[in-house]
Amino acid sequence: MGNDIPILTLLVLVPALGAGLVALLPKERDDVVARVGLGIALLVGLLSLILLFDFDTGDGGFQFVSAHPWIESFGISWKLGVDGISLFLVVLSGILFPLAIAGPQVHHDLKGYVAWMLLLEAGCIGVFLSLDLFLFFLFWEIVLVPMYFLIGGWGYERRVYATLKFFIYTMLGSALMLVGILALVFISQKATGNLTFDLVSLAEGQSVAENTARWLFLAFAASFAIKCPIFPVHTWLPDAHTEAPTGGSVILAGVLLKLGTYGFVRFGLYLFPTAVVDLAPVFLTLGVIGIIYGALVATMQKDLKRLVAYSSVAHLGFIVVGVFGLSKQGLQGGVLQMINHGISTGALFLLVGMVYERRHTRLIADLGGIQKSAPLFAAVFTVVMLSSIGLPGLNGFVGEFLILLGTFVTHRWWAVVGTIGVILAAIYLLWAYQRVFHGEPTGGNATFAEMTTRERVVMAPLVLLIVALGVYPKPMLDRITPAVDKLVSHVEAHSDFREPVVPSVGVDLPLAAAEEGH
Amino acid sequence: MPPLLTPDVEWGLLAPEIILIGGALVLLVAGTFLRRRDMGSAYALLTILVAGGSLVSTVGLWQDVTGIGANPRLAVADAVSIDGFSVFVTIVILVAVVIGALLADDYLRRERLTGVSYYVLMMLSASGGIFMAKANDLIVVFLGLEILSIALYVLAGYHRRRSQSQEAAIKYFVLGSFSSAFFLYGIALTYGATGSTNITEIGRFLQGTTLTTGVLLGGVALLLVGLGFKVAAVPFHMWTPDVYQGSPTPVAGFMAAAAKTAGFAALLRIFYAGFGTLRLDWQPMVWALAVLSLVVGSVLAVVQTDVKRMLAYSSISHAGYVLIGLQAATDKGIAASLFYLMAYTFMVLGSFAVVTMVGRVGDGRHSLDDYKGLARDRPGLAFAFTIFLLAQAGVPFTSGFLAKFGVIAAAVEAESYAIAVIAMVAAVIAAFFYLRVIVVMYMSGDADATEPAAAGAAGAEAAEGADAVAAGGVATATATAINTRVAIPLGAGVALALCLAFTIGAGLLPEPLLDFARHATLLKP
Repeated sequence: MGNDIPILTLLVLVPALGAGLVALLPKERDDVVARVGLGIALLVGLLSLILLFDFDTGDGGFQFVSAHPWIESFGISWKLGVDGISLFLVVLSGILFPLAIAGPQVHHDLKGYVAWMLLLEAGCIGVFLSLDLFLFFLFWEIVLVPMYFLIGGWGYERRVYATLKFFIYTMLGSALMLVGILALVFISQKATGNLTFDLVSLAEGQSVAENTARWLFLAFAASFAIKCPIFPVHTWLPDAHTEAPTGGSVILAGVLLKLGTYGFVRFGLYLFPTAVVDLAPVFLTLGVIGIIYGALVATMQKDLKRLVAYSSVAHLGFIVVGVFGLSKQGLQGGVLQMINHGISTGALFLLVGMVYERRHTRLIADLGGIQKSAPLFAAVFTVVMLSSIGLPGLNGFVGEFLILLGTFVTHRWWAVVGTIGVILAAIYLLWAYQRVFHGEPTGGNATFAEMTTRERVVMAPLVLLIVALGVYPKPMLDRITPAVDKLVSHVEAHSDFREPVVPSVGVDLPLAAAEEGH
Repeated sequence: MPPLLTPDVEWGLLAPEIILIGGALVLLVAGTFLRRRDMGSAYALLTILVAGGSLVSTVGLWQDVTGIGANPRLAVADAVSIDGFSVFVTIVILVAVVIGALLADDYLRRERLTGVSYYVLMMLSASGGIFMAKANDLIVVFLGLEILSIALYVLAGYHRRRSQSQEAAIKYFVLGSFSSAFFLYGIALTYGATGSTNITEIGRFLQGTTLTTGVLLGGVALLLVGLGFKVAAVPFHMWTPDVYQGSPTPVAGFMAAAAKTAGFAALLRIFYAGFGTLRLDWQPMVWALAVLSLVVGSVLAVVQTDVKRMLAYSSISHAGYVLIGLQAATDKGIAASLFYLMAYTFMVLGSFAVVTMVGRVGDGRHSLDDYKGLARDRPGLAFAFTIFLLAQAGVPFTSGFLAKFGVIAAAVEAESYAIAVIAMVAAVIAAFFYLRVIVVMYMSGDADATEPAAAGAAGAEAAEGADAVAAGGVATATATAINTRVAIPLGAGVALALCLAFTIGAGLLPEPLLDFARHATLLKP
């Protein structure tokens, strides 16, 4: 194992220092900036792949842990670690960032764009890897700054409004979370006499009374729910996604939203198992509302990018349902779906960006018949869209299926209602596809250019992943499962929640037994 | 008549003040006798030398009060307290003097305000601040307060040709005297209730009694009013925006750093060490002041279009954060407040250093519009300002984050959850206006670039000639470039670098400084 090289620390520091390096490059030399920026992003991608290959499949605990005391007077340390839950999110960041940097056209100040992107990458990976609550909060907050500038500096017409809304929403959530973190730490200190921000010792200690834990969980949840976003606090998302530059949307949807769901899994379930069990119905309900509401609103959108944005609300609803379903399968599906949504929605945003580059409009009404003028583009769009719908054989199916299966066992009716979302997704995406790609192209649509080589190179890895993970998700599940099993056992050990035993084939179902009794 | 008994004075323990006052007087006399008005940077260098000497003298004191065999004690008939707390505050104030001198050097030449008195007043004012930090007697606090304030009144009006500067001085003077009166009345009532003006004595007296009288509580409240004015806590903040806006910019920076630190030093000592046993009575008052300062400071800063006024309101909200540390009324809370003051000193001096430079000749260009496109003209300056603003907003990996984190942690530990949440929400509101300045510096670049072109085109239309289009465009562009180019003089550049290094350094490796603040303990009765 690569314990000799602190690979996790490198994963955070390389993009962070890379951002500084890019900032020092001369402003006029866009070619150098592009090459250096892409090089650094690819290096991080490579590091994440090394991590993936060195990862010990059967181990459900934290691996590659590197811990150094940092601010000792507060018990704060630089502690990073990775397990099956965070592993693929890191790899996803490693893959999406180079694509977001190299993929879309940046029309001005490339240097700033690339530098902020790299800083954003450092922040995101830092959040996924932190095992210290203070460090986690630092990265969580630092993510805001580059995203704020990316939307504000390179976005579309209403960018300033969107970026402020994004910033204020997320900061408000963080405000509550910081107080929650501090309260947790000090309450634990009173119980154990040990002041520490270390996630593992706080979670294993479980020294907070049940009622207090519920409040603390809600303080954390406020922040995570806004980031996800969960239904009533989702309103920043459509604006931010729509107004962000293409690369920004890709990262926003692909990686940033996962910070929220990851937060629920890593910090919510791990730190406050009892509170999560108690409050699960509330979050399940909100998740299901998100699924249905997001899908319905997406159907009504006139703007293609806004449609994709609302589809994210629906998809994230699925992940929330998977997480709060609290079954092993649902949680596996949730983690898997975080990755899948990152890939497919990231790809969708890239494609919508390409449409805008060519037509300078995102309105569905202005588009039509593109299939005739750009068949390859339409083919790629089809694959990505079908993955987003959750067609069996593509990656989106596996996650959604596991989520619904797992939740059905523990929280049946939520799963039943959530299933409607799958159908609605097919409706809004297929309908949009029909309007944009079918028919006879007119005007600008007739001369809609086919994908360039650069665009093909950018889309190829994503399409490949969509198919590969759909056909053979086992390698991923093998790595996710031990960590998820460990987490669910942790929840069961510290609460009265017990995952129902699923009767396997051949055992009489209770229903059948009841019928025989008649 | 009995002979007047004078106490033994341990001169060595007062070395920092003595060096500072002595240096100031020598400089004043020398300045009077020198024929040449323009002495170049000599005065600034001498001021830095004196402040540096004073700083060196604190090193020994620090060892004395916190090192092995630490001996924090009262001196000069128990009127001053030599403890980690006072030495810490002394260091912060002296640093403010050094940076203040670096800033003033070019500013005074640029504004043709040459002369020695600026530096003399600054050093005297700082010595008053140091006395406030050390004072263990309410009368000595008052003396320090007056020395600090009177010098600052004059400094506020130092820019003789700007009427706003005169106005600021008068406003500051009138309201300042008013608050001094409150403070004195507070001393009188406290003396009446406890029989002493000595803070340790008061503390000891209160430990021995459970009876609190209205007279005593009135005294406590009036002392809070008097010092609340100095630290610019709402509702005693009315003077702040006008005075900050009108004062010469380096003075505003010095005021924000040194006067606030000194005011808080006195506040923390009187309330925590003196009225410590009364905390259940004064905690609600401090709570209210803190919350009001946080909310009013942040909200009103949002609507400002003048950067100096905005910084004034932001300094009000910073006062709210420092008050949170006092409100917690724990050793950790006091240490957190001290760390906050130190971090704030560097942040605010750095910010005002940038404002001084952007203000340009005449010290009048402080509207948000004057920062348009600064990132293009002066990327380094814009970057530095960005860091200071982000630090004030409390963004991670800057000293400002840890400062806020410290006081909020202290509040949460003392189970004041409500104030912690309010503080975080105020931070969100505050982030808005800090970001707005950054937006103007970075994102309005395009709009700015099109302006000269548009103006040129308009001029050319009148001329009706294709050649004139180019000529007009070029001429306007050059004129704008010369006009907007901000000069970065050496002294101010050094000041900026110092503040920047501290703000980032303390954000990345805060342990030594936190340790420093933790050892700066108050001598309690």
